[in-house]
Amino acid sequence: MKSKLAILMCGAALAATGVQAQDAKMADSMTIVSWGGAYQKSQINAYAEPYKEKHPEVEIVWDESSNEAVAKLRAMNEAGNITWDLVDVVAADAIRLCDEGLAMEYDPDELLAPAPDGTPASEDFGDLIVSDCYIPQIVYSTTFGYRTDMVGDTPPTNICDVFDLEKYPGKRALEKRPINNMEWALLCDGVAKGDVYDVLETEEGQARALAKLDTIKDQVIWWSSGADTPQLLADGEVVMGSTYNGRLFSLIEEQNQPVAMLWDAQVFDLDGWIIPAGLPEERLARVKDFLMFATDTQRLADQAKYISYGPARSSSAPLVGKHAELGIEMAPHMPTDPANAKNTFLYNYTWWADYRDDLDAKFQAWLAQ
Amino acid sequence: MRKFKKPAVDLIRFVLPLMALAGAGFGFLVGTANDAPFIGLLLGALCGAVLSLVLAKFVPSPRAGIAAATVLFALAGFALAGTGGLIGGAVIGFVLGWLSYWLATGRYRAGTPVYATPLQVLWHNTFKFICAAIFFFLIAPIVTVIPLSFNAENFFTFTPAMLSFDPEGYSLKHYRDFFTNPDWQQALANSVQIAPAATLISVTLGTLAAIGLSQPHVPFRRAIMAILISPMIVPLIISAAGMYFFYSRIGLQGTYIGVVLAHAALGIPFVIITVTATLVGFDQSLTRAAANMGADPVTTFFRVQMPLILPGVISGGLFAFITSFDEVVVVLFVGSAGQKTLPWQMFTGLREQISPTILAVATILVVISILLLTLVELLRRRSERLRGLSPG
Repeated sequence: MKSKLAILMCGAALAATGVQAQDAKMADSMTIVSWGGAYQKSQINAYAEPYKEKHPEVEIVWDESSNEAVAKLRAMNEAGNITWDLVDVVAADAIRLCDEGLAMEYDPDELLAPAPDGTPASEDFGDLIVSDCYIPQIVYSTTFGYRTDMVGDTPPTNICDVFDLEKYPGKRALEKRPINNMEWALLCDGVAKGDVYDVLETEEGQARALAKLDTIKDQVIWWSSGADTPQLLADGEVVMGSTYNGRLFSLIEEQNQPVAMLWDAQVFDLDGWIIPAGLPEERLARVKDFLMFATDTQRLADQAKYISYGPARSSSAPLVGKHAELGIEMAPHMPTDPANAKNTFLYNYTWWADYRDDLDAKFQAWLAQ
Repeated sequence: MRKFKKPAVDLIRFVLPLMALAGAGFGFLVGTANDAPFIGLLLGALCGAVLSLVLAKFVPSPRAGIAAATVLFALAGFALAGTGGLIGGAVIGFVLGWLSYWLATGRYRAGTPVYATPLQVLWHNTFKFICAAIFFFLIAPIVTVIPLSFNAENFFTFTPAMLSFDPEGYSLKHYRDFFTNPDWQQALANSVQIAPAATLISVTLGTLAAIGLSQPHVPFRRAIMAILISPMIVPLIISAAGMYFFYSRIGLQGTYIGVVLAHAALGIPFVIITVTATLVGFDQSLTRAAANMGADPVTTFFRVQMPLILPGVISGGLFAFITSFDEVVVVLFVGSAGQKTLPWQMFTGLREQISPTILAVATILVVISILLLTLVELLRRRSERLRGLSPG
């Protein structure tokens, strides 16, 4: 009995010193890399501000470099000078960074908080942890928006309306990369949803997708930044265009533009954190402390108050409430809402991780023709 | 001596077709805006021809004629398209009226000698037109930015409310955003801290280098000059990548000093070039005279040489300042988020979120540049006048 107590006390003392030591060793500043714009603002509001209230001594610097995160992390690694502490990337980039050893592998149940009901993080996030280095935050989708005043009385309801120049004449905005465009082209060329990646693996399949895109090529404006399509739609330069659903939400609800969503065949993707490999101990300790807080159930649900992306934890979904400024219910604007997700397309990260370089080259060559 | 008689201008064969052409041009622009380019083209040609005919036959006074045309077109524009049409119509009416008298009274020959052939006159006017077009081409993008920065919407779009000059369509909110948003304020503070420091280093080192390299006895002058100028010639992205890896190794990457040094390296060539150019006109016997009278080299430099080459130093410094203030590539590599400058913030802002705040910032920067250049020019003239180098 006595010895048990001694062990317990010993353990408590050790734990106490451990906590103290950890506190003392945490770095005071942290550089977080994200996408800028409304998305970064939602992260600041939902994660960084509340964290700073708890730890006023911490300075958080934001760097809007997620777009070139892979290239920059490679350069930092070569220069031996990692200046970033936490990097927000999409799933495919996280897989690449993990494969190259530039991102740190982690144990979800150790690093992330369990759900309020005690479900361990690994189960709460479930399949969305697509890589050993990836800490998912949100589910977003790439989908189409169209000008309600430029489509006549029959608004588009089907993804293939994008390829129908007779029914919906005018310019379209598509992303300047093969991902999503090739899949949509094959879907509208009669390929069944389940066979898309099998077909796209073959030379003929790739030619077939490009041939379908050829039919609208001279009516396409290619975008490379998420802000382009909202600007083009607001200008009336395009009838319809693809972009991230949160951008369209902001265009429709916050900027009151005559635009509506075409949710058909929306492509889900993930956005989340990676920790760069090789961080010094003090900085790593600070990042871990921040992540434990910023990825818990309530914080992920809070982010949905500012932007219409679905939280990656299943325990967060019931907590999603109203928009912080507009006061509208956010649930119906989530890509995962049943009314919006009637027909979704599952984007195959691992397939693209293998084929991306090859298809990028082919796509760019096709664009230049 | 026989008085030169003004050549008669053929109204029907010369003025009418040209005026029809000008009218067609405007008609095409207006027609395109209303989705009927060819109807606009035809109507415009007709309007131009009729206008010149009426003005030449019935209104001899150019001033009255131009005023009448302006009012007439403005009223027509107002009837068709409201306030926006009023302004557009007035501009078109003024230009067409003026053009009509310019052609009909033979004033288009004003700048050419009397013996010039029609082809020479044509070339003279075409040349003037090309100059004006180049001017327009350079200025138009900058001028477009200014009204757009007062947009009430969050897009780079001329809204219908803006085009009809509705006060509702305009707002100062993007300026407010610039002055209240911590991101922009931080970027402004960084730029204001980095650019002067980089300029100071560039001017000091660049002037010294230029003076040294202008001495005929310095060995390998051309080679040294080429190396010092190279940051201007090597593509910026190459310098930036090189600096990134070098600065990372020595711990300067992501520091204030690192960015200042990088910008100074980019600014030095400008100072060297402008100061070397001024030194060509500097009489070296003045320094010998000063030495003869007992001045040491430092005194000679500050009392004799420096005042004379000051215009070159100032304009070099100005170039160095603008290089640092405008630079985005190198700072993206060498800086970290803590050294985010205005151009960096504009660059990411444009990519991630097309917000007219960028246009508001651009407008402010344009105004500051104009003020700065005017100030420098006034100072330069004043100093030249004081030294009796220029008559005015």
